[in-house]
Amino acid sequence: MPEPVLQIKGLNKSFGPVHVLQDVDFDVYPGEVTALVGDNGAGKSTLVKCIAGINSIDSGEILWEGKPATLNDPRAAAALGIEFVYQDLALADNLDITQNMFLGREIRRFGVLDDGQMEKKAREALSSLSVRTVRSVRQVVASLSGGQRQTVAIAKAVLWNSKVVFLDEPTAALGVAQTRQVLDLVRRLADQGLGVVLISHNMNDVVEVSDRIVALYLGKVAAEVMAKDVTTTQVVELITAGRTGNIGLAAAAADQII
Amino acid sequence: MTAPPPPGSAAPSAAVPTERDHGSFSLDIERPGPRDAVRAYVTRIRSGDPGALPSVLGLIVLVIIFNQISGRFLGKANIGNLPGQGAYIAIIALGLVFVLLLGEIDLAAGTTGGLAAAYAAQAVFAGGLHKGVPGLFYGITLALLIGAALLGFYMRLISGPILVVVGAVLLLSGADKHVIPALIISVSIGAAIGIFTGWLVAKVGIPSFIVTLALFLAWQGVVLYILNSQPINVVQYGFWNGLANDNMSPTWGWVYLVVLLLGYLGYTLSRALRARRRELAGDAISLVLIRFAAIAAVGIVVVAFLNQNRNPNPTAPIRGVPWAAAVPIGLMILCTLALTKTTWGRHLFAIGGNAEAARRAGIDVTRIRITAFTVSSAIAAIGGAFLASQQGSVNLSIGAGNILLFAVAAAVIGGTSLFGGRGKPRDAIIGALVISIIPNGLGLKPSLAIHPEYQQIITGLVLLLAAAVDALSRRRARQS
Repeated sequence: MPEPVLQIKGLNKSFGPVHVLQDVDFDVYPGEVTALVGDNGAGKSTLVKCIAGINSIDSGEILWEGKPATLNDPRAAAALGIEFVYQDLALADNLDITQNMFLGREIRRFGVLDDGQMEKKAREALSSLSVRTVRSVRQVVASLSGGQRQTVAIAKAVLWNSKVVFLDEPTAALGVAQTRQVLDLVRRLADQGLGVVLISHNMNDVVEVSDRIVALYLGKVAAEVMAKDVTTTQVVELITAGRTGNIGLAAAAADQII
Repeated sequence: MTAPPPPGSAAPSAAVPTERDHGSFSLDIERPGPRDAVRAYVTRIRSGDPGALPSVLGLIVLVIIFNQISGRFLGKANIGNLPGQGAYIAIIALGLVFVLLLGEIDLAAGTTGGLAAAYAAQAVFAGGLHKGVPGLFYGITLALLIGAALLGFYMRLISGPILVVVGAVLLLSGADKHVIPALIISVSIGAAIGIFTGWLVAKVGIPSFIVTLALFLAWQGVVLYILNSQPINVVQYGFWNGLANDNMSPTWGWVYLVVLLLGYLGYTLSRALRARRRELAGDAISLVLIRFAAIAAVGIVVVAFLNQNRNPNPTAPIRGVPWAAAVPIGLMILCTLALTKTTWGRHLFAIGGNAEAARRAGIDVTRIRITAFTVSSAIAAIGGAFLASQQGSVNLSIGAGNILLFAVAAAVIGGTSLFGGRGKPRDAIIGALVISIIPNGLGLKPSLAIHPEYQQIITGLVLLLAAAVDALSRRRARQS
């Protein structure tokens, strides 16, 4: 089994008296899709924000490629090679695909924007992800469908030789065909060797596309299981009750948290 | 990526994949020629991005109407007067475009321009600003300039605070009794005001409408204070008077045109050639040349027309391209380059489109916001100088009244959106032409000229029409 590229060990985070994350262990493996599931308030967003450097952590250890790392500012995560694609798609509608993909990291030549170079790289990035639904990388994002936007947002994240990509609800607002496209893209990212973290409420997506499932239950990791070993029903039970059969938190522990 | 099928092979054989129609960057590989460009333009208009078309059409309609009203409208003298009458609106609107692109507003741009002009006029008139205003006021002005520069540097601005420092140094050196240094000082006062305004909006978080409304009111009072409630004539200062009233010599007019045209041709042609070489999206050479030919033809006709004598008295010929046309066009080109060719401009558009996306992309949103207000106010100060030049004096209500609203209207009529993210410096120029042509055209007919109400009603209707076009095109863009 490969070494995890990103390891979180014993992470704790409180907001005042509320202990949001309790001794959370979370690993991301290269070439795998790890699904992070949990009900509202289970701590998914907080965990992601801790990794993104938006929230500070109270205690715990973060290892990047086996070495300790501190993630206390959004740029630190990006510098390591961790990218985040948020649900509300951080794209500017009035800019075109190329401009969006290079936003904040524009290529310049003699101090002037080098649009040609950026356009070429944007096209390469989309081609490398086998994206065939975009007619022009000079299209304004406002003219794209939801699936195309999601595709651009993901391609933007992997443009930077990133090693881990967090996808927050990438299929939430999409139709059937577009969901298909995006899930295929998620799979391809992992096949290219990236560590992909999929945060989703859609159990069909999770079971279909992920290799590994981490279920959070009231701030604790209820279980880390391989997707092929569990059924959709079991995943739902892990999310809602913290346990299913002999997987998950012990009955006593699960009750205790409540 | 597969090689594109040759353009001639209309019927795809079995071997050629039909994905030419969808995806795979099919549009990027094609070289749109003149016909494709026309088709793409029509598509763009239909999909809700009319660009400058409505304002240009409106301009043509107005020209036709006014030409019916008075035969003098398209005469040499009138055309030669028009730039001077509209330059200050064009320039103030040009600055406003930067603020409007963010979805903000600068209601104080007009009075800021007036304030800056008042400072310059008093400095030149009294032989030094310190002789024209009370010592305490002079000290406060200097302190605020230095404060703005420090604040600007602290907020990681560069050019704005440097300009302010230059102004402060000129002021301290006593050079402010000469016209040109005084006008440079006035621009740096504009920049300083912009830094404070931007800081109040972007950092403190007061809505720009309120901040600039407050300044709009306050500056009118400060102007009275600077002028000691006495208007100051600027007609006697050759350079200043020339801004709105003088012309380039015919030779320099041609030089100016040739420089602009060569620059345009060199840029567009090298871009198209580079795009072809590197397989980037770009226009066909023929399209580039046709566009150039059209622009060159218009430019040559205009310059040739303006280079004729337009004074009925042949002993004192008036000829040449008015500075009031050359300066706004030059400024427009500079602004366009800043917006399209620099990271700063790209980030400005991004913030106007989606500030949160820009913030997540690591852009310093606060800093860019402050710079936009700085640019707007500094350009407004240039507009103030043109306004004083056109009026012949810095009067007590300079920059107040409708001027700012006309400038906003000019930008909006040209196609700049009040919601941010969409607009071009070009819009300000075209819109200002529309705005200033209305009083000009009506003024030529004595029976209409005595009724100023027509002017305001017509201007209002034109603005309403432009805003309606903007709203409808937005709705269309959302639906498509």
